[in-house]
Amino acid sequence: MPFVYNMPFFSILICMIGGVVTPFFRNRRIVQIVNTFILVAVFTMSLVLLITLLTAGESFTYMMGHFPAPWGNELRAGPLEALLALVFSIVMFLSLVGGMRGINIDIRATRVSLYYTMMNFLLSSMLALIYTNDIFTAYVFIEINTICACAIVMAKDIGMTVVATIRYLLMSLLGSGFFLFGVSMLYAITGHLLMSNIQSAVIELIYTGQYTVPLVTSLGLMVLGLSIKSALYPFHSWLPSAHGSSTTASSAILSGLVLKGYIILLVKIFYRVFTPDILASLHVTDVIFVLGVLGMVMGSVKALKETHVKRMIAYSSVAQIGYIYMGIGLGTQVGIMAACFHILVHAFTKPMLFLAANGLIDASGHQYEMKALRGSARKDILSGIGFTVGSLSMIGIPLFAGFAPKVFLGIGSIESDFHMIVTFLALALSSLLNALYYIPAVIAFWSKPKQQALEIAVKTAKSRRSVCLLCSIGVLIISNIALGIVYSPIMQTITTGLNLLG
Amino acid sequence: MEVILSHYYDIAAVLLFGIGFFTLLLNRNLIKKIIGLNIMDTSIFLFLTSKGYIFGRVAPIVQEGITEVQAYINPVPSGLVLTGIVVSVSVSAFSLALVQRLYKKYKTIYLDEILVLAKKEEE
Repeated sequence: MPFVYNMPFFSILICMIGGVVTPFFRNRRIVQIVNTFILVAVFTMSLVLLITLLTAGESFTYMMGHFPAPWGNELRAGPLEALLALVFSIVMFLSLVGGMRGINIDIRATRVSLYYTMMNFLLSSMLALIYTNDIFTAYVFIEINTICACAIVMAKDIGMTVVATIRYLLMSLLGSGFFLFGVSMLYAITGHLLMSNIQSAVIELIYTGQYTVPLVTSLGLMVLGLSIKSALYPFHSWLPSAHGSSTTASSAILSGLVLKGYIILLVKIFYRVFTPDILASLHVTDVIFVLGVLGMVMGSVKALKETHVKRMIAYSSVAQIGYIYMGIGLGTQVGIMAACFHILVHAFTKPMLFLAANGLIDASGHQYEMKALRGSARKDILSGIGFTVGSLSMIGIPLFAGFAPKVFLGIGSIESDFHMIVTFLALALSSLLNALYYIPAVIAFWSKPKQQALEIAVKTAKSRRSVCLLCSIGVLIISNIALGIVYSPIMQTITTGLNLLG
Repeated sequence: MEVILSHYYDIAAVLLFGIGFFTLLLNRNLIKKIIGLNIMDTSIFLFLTSKGYIFGRVAPIVQEGITEVQAYINPVPSGLVLTGIVVSVSVSAFSLALVQRLYKKYKTIYLDEILVLAKKEEE
């Protein structure tokens, strides 16, 4: 076995060790250095893994503890998983660096080490969701992910965040309950926990027509659980307050990464447990398609009404999650490729929007309402540019990251007439709605402030801009434009990964 | 009728799951919500354990030299239930700690009252 095959396990393990040792350090600086070291290590390992797997064009399964297939626990890695792990480590690093000032202000000094502990466990659980080949392990890491995600919401210890956390926690636990029931039923029917073993059992059951109703029920329960946790449209009620009220780094990571971990698990279940053909014959993809389209439209409509800038960005996440689910619901290879690409695009764009919004909020004296932010971009120019680039990318202007997935969603839909009509209408409507709330916001941020706002600004002009925020927004802007221009190699990687996933 | 008699564990599990689900979703009292969550989890454990048990067989610990497969049950579901219980306990502890914090701040454990108070506080 080549040494590089250990990389998935090592990257999960190093995050866990980091999480365990971090609470013992009291000094904030040391904690941040340890965290940076872990993120750089995960980044390097994922990069090595990605390059190796891409050049060889292969994927592998990794035995945990030397027990062979039907009994032991397994990890599995291919180019797609390595790419996602790479992006997750980059985005988490940039969000933490960019939100460092917010962390220092919002979180009590004695608790900063605990915050970074949660971050390390969060990354380890997300990596485990990406790499695992065992659905019960996936359940355990879903719960770890839930606890960590709730903990980073409530780290900013004010009334609003604790209330948002309890709502988030209750909805998430409902989702976990459904997922666990689905897993239990699937195990009872098939007698396996490893995805590849379940797949052969499921194919046989479908072929012979046995246990169809329990099989569909268990699939439905798992999809329902994961869509509650990733805020698909009718189950999104917890998202705006949880993402809108927490500290900037938490908002960025929750919107950019945590939601995606569940979606990737869902894609893996679709590809590796229930094959796409079976899903299409059971009409599961149609339900997901409809909910995704509803999410695209309704998320934007809700964002249009919102005047609190962070909540507006949070509602925009609901719409973007709708795009991803619509891509999965198309049921074609290109559709799922577009969904995977949109996961990456959103992971780079939404943290940038949150960080930039935070810069603008700081520049105008901790005001969250749209009206109060008028003219703030003139005071913090880079944040202004960051918000503008993020907005253009979310609307789907060519040369920005958000453009390519929309094109591929369109291409993915042309196999069936119904899908094509609905997809094109939904894309047009959703882009229009995105433009309707992002463009006025951008114009307001760049226009001249009114007299009253100037007075507030004069009082708070002393708050100095942080270098970290500038660096991370700069990197995010560059990567966003890079994703928009050179998308074909990434699309190629996703295609290779998806072909190997089946 | 025959189906009901032969699957009474499954039916009990689904009923309990429903009870827990609706308590978690609809009750205003946060402590009761968490109790609902626990009922929900327990119902899944009942389901798993009943699926893993075969009447007349014992846990796979070799005694008196009996080695044939027919004498024993599959130990994996029991292992899964144990893992699930650990997860459920930690999640309950976390939720109860959150409720405690909310009670200290707002002096109530009814979610709707807390939401009203929090909204007032924000303004």
